[in-house]
Amino acid sequence: MKDNFQPPLGKISKIAGKSISLIGDDIDTDRIIPARFLKCVNFDYLAKSVFADDRKNLKGMHPFDLKSNEESSILIVNSNFGCGSSREHAPQALMRWGIKAIIGESFAEIFYSNCIAIGIPCYTLSKELIKKIQHHKSEHNLFLEIDIAKSEVKSDLLTVNLGIKESAKNMFLSGKWDATSTLLENTNLIDKKMNDLPYLKFNNKYF
Amino acid sequence: MSHNTLFDKVWDLHKVVSLPGGSDQIFIGLHLIHEVTSPQAFEALKDKNLKVKFPSRTVATVDHIVPTDNQSRPFKDDLAEQMINTLEKNCIKHKIKFYNIGSGNQGIVHVVAPELGLTQPGMTIACGDSHTSTHGAFGSIAFGIGTSQVRDVLASQTIAMNKLKVRQIWCENTLSNGVYAKDLVLHIINQLGVKAGVGYAYEFAGPAISELSMEERMTICNMSIEGGARCGYINPDEKTFIYIKDRLHSPQNINWNKAVEWWESLKSDENSTFDDVIKFDASRVEPTVTWGITPGQSIGINQKIPSLKEIHPNDQFIAGEAYEYMGFEPGQTIKDTPIDVCFIGSCTNGRLSDLRVAASILENQKVAPNLKAFVVPGSEKVAKEAKGEGLDKIFIKAGFQWREPGCSMCLAMNSDKLIGNQVSASSSNRNFKGRQGSPSGRTLLMSPAMVAAAAIAGKVSDVREFIKK
Repeated sequence: MKDNFQPPLGKISKIAGKSISLIGDDIDTDRIIPARFLKCVNFDYLAKSVFADDRKNLKGMHPFDLKSNEESSILIVNSNFGCGSSREHAPQALMRWGIKAIIGESFAEIFYSNCIAIGIPCYTLSKELIKKIQHHKSEHNLFLEIDIAKSEVKSDLLTVNLGIKESAKNMFLSGKWDATSTLLENTNLIDKKMNDLPYLKFNNKYF
Repeated sequence: MSHNTLFDKVWDLHKVVSLPGGSDQIFIGLHLIHEVTSPQAFEALKDKNLKVKFPSRTVATVDHIVPTDNQSRPFKDDLAEQMINTLEKNCIKHKIKFYNIGSGNQGIVHVVAPELGLTQPGMTIACGDSHTSTHGAFGSIAFGIGTSQVRDVLASQTIAMNKLKVRQIWCENTLSNGVYAKDLVLHIINQLGVKAGVGYAYEFAGPAISELSMEERMTICNMSIEGGARCGYINPDEKTFIYIKDRLHSPQNINWNKAVEWWESLKSDENSTFDDVIKFDASRVEPTVTWGITPGQSIGINQKIPSLKEIHPNDQFIAGEAYEYMGFEPGQTIKDTPIDVCFIGSCTNGRLSDLRVAASILENQKVAPNLKAFVVPGSEKVAKEAKGEGLDKIFIKAGFQWREPGCSMCLAMNSDKLIGNQVSASSSNRNFKGRQGSPSGRTLLMSPAMVAAAAIAGKVSDVREFIKK
């Protein structure tokens, strides 16, 4: 069955939701979505396969299986999250599971740009503060409110500034994080580049 | 900020405009696509009612899902068949050149494009695959992109991207006998860490790099991404030009001289500045093997697996995970670790020179009993040339299976997979948990020569003891 999923659209100025902590450094995209689930021609059915092998190995104790984390939407991770393969299936699977924003110590580069391109803001925060959120003990998961314009997260535990690339922040605020239309606004300049690049002159047209 | 490096020159040349917010719109000179990360991009074009802007600047092949035993169509795996079929249809519909199975030019996208002369100095090259960094070996600026950016390139031939910083990795002296490009790059990643390259392009330079063949340079640049750098490159030189000359898509006749003149001008200037420079002594690198679950967790063949105390505090968490997953104890030697499966192939080490060096070690030797060993040439052309030299016979006689070209067990999207907690000696690029198809499978990355030695001994071995005098 196709997941009942609505992708984000247009301007994003606030994201509020329950946090879900996933502890570990260098969590690669093969772990987020193992390669066998890439055998598909669309992203529609990826939600259930997110962290498939890690979840199987942890027999119900993986954060994405815990009942307390149901309906969570803000993922808290550690260092170099999303390293490895460029597969956009990884953020697509997270998004379809319910993740709307990620806060981490650091992110791998291609994963980060994939997240931005599909409307998932990724924020950086110090190791100490991430640890504080991840190890926060209470009856309920921490509820976080992210203000995109201020790059700030508010909660009962703490209110702090978050790190984000200025370009990414502006894309969310303006609703232009889906870059295609912005890029196509410069069609004349693109055509000029196509005519001017030296190697396109001395390479015969390929086909 | 870097100045006058090859990266700066190529970036500036391809910059269409500065976008609001600080990123640049960058023209992509060559776009490569394959069956896994393109179907959703074509679908998105359809949804937006857009067409492919410059079909002549995109080239396709099929590699990730292809079976390596029986490639007759339809594939036994329905999902794999659906994926190749979708790519075939999309290429026909959008008039994109597709090097399909049987064309003589199919193979792993990062093996095929250089072979065809598509990859050239000074180009920006993008592909929905993180190992696109491979093409930087030719002095191009090449990087992996996700599917949304594949869509952007198809629609506009451009992407939005923040300019990278440039780190020069200077390698002094030369590699010693029995030590290869793979060992050097594993060593570099081990020393710098798997995330040191985030936000950087790596320029590999110095005598040890100049000494390398083009195929070895591809191995180095290929693994830039494993050190966190989306892009790695090497300044073009005479070896680069000789490699490119007279290939199917290389500049011909009068254009050849114009091309070489322009390529020469792209090299990082004598007075170029880098954001930072790190030096290595290549002569001190040993045959290197990974013991953990990131490509940074490696040691020399005669070293012991480090204890937590010997590991930087920031890397201790993942080291703890690695001991547990791999079943290794700190202080244990990596040498003599029993091996179940040997895999030679991938975009890192599936080229002719890789097969030659492995075959030279396997000649008149036998694979250890109860060990599965197979070799997957990187492309149809590699397979043909290897057969022409009789390498296939050497592999088969030694007890290796000789397969058809594809990505195969590097990422195990086809039926080539580890079973249970098997240990593989693999010439590929990633040793992540579950990477080779079994959720508990274990991967030891090493050079193709070291894989050949492990195949003969049935355990991790020092290839220098196998090299014929």
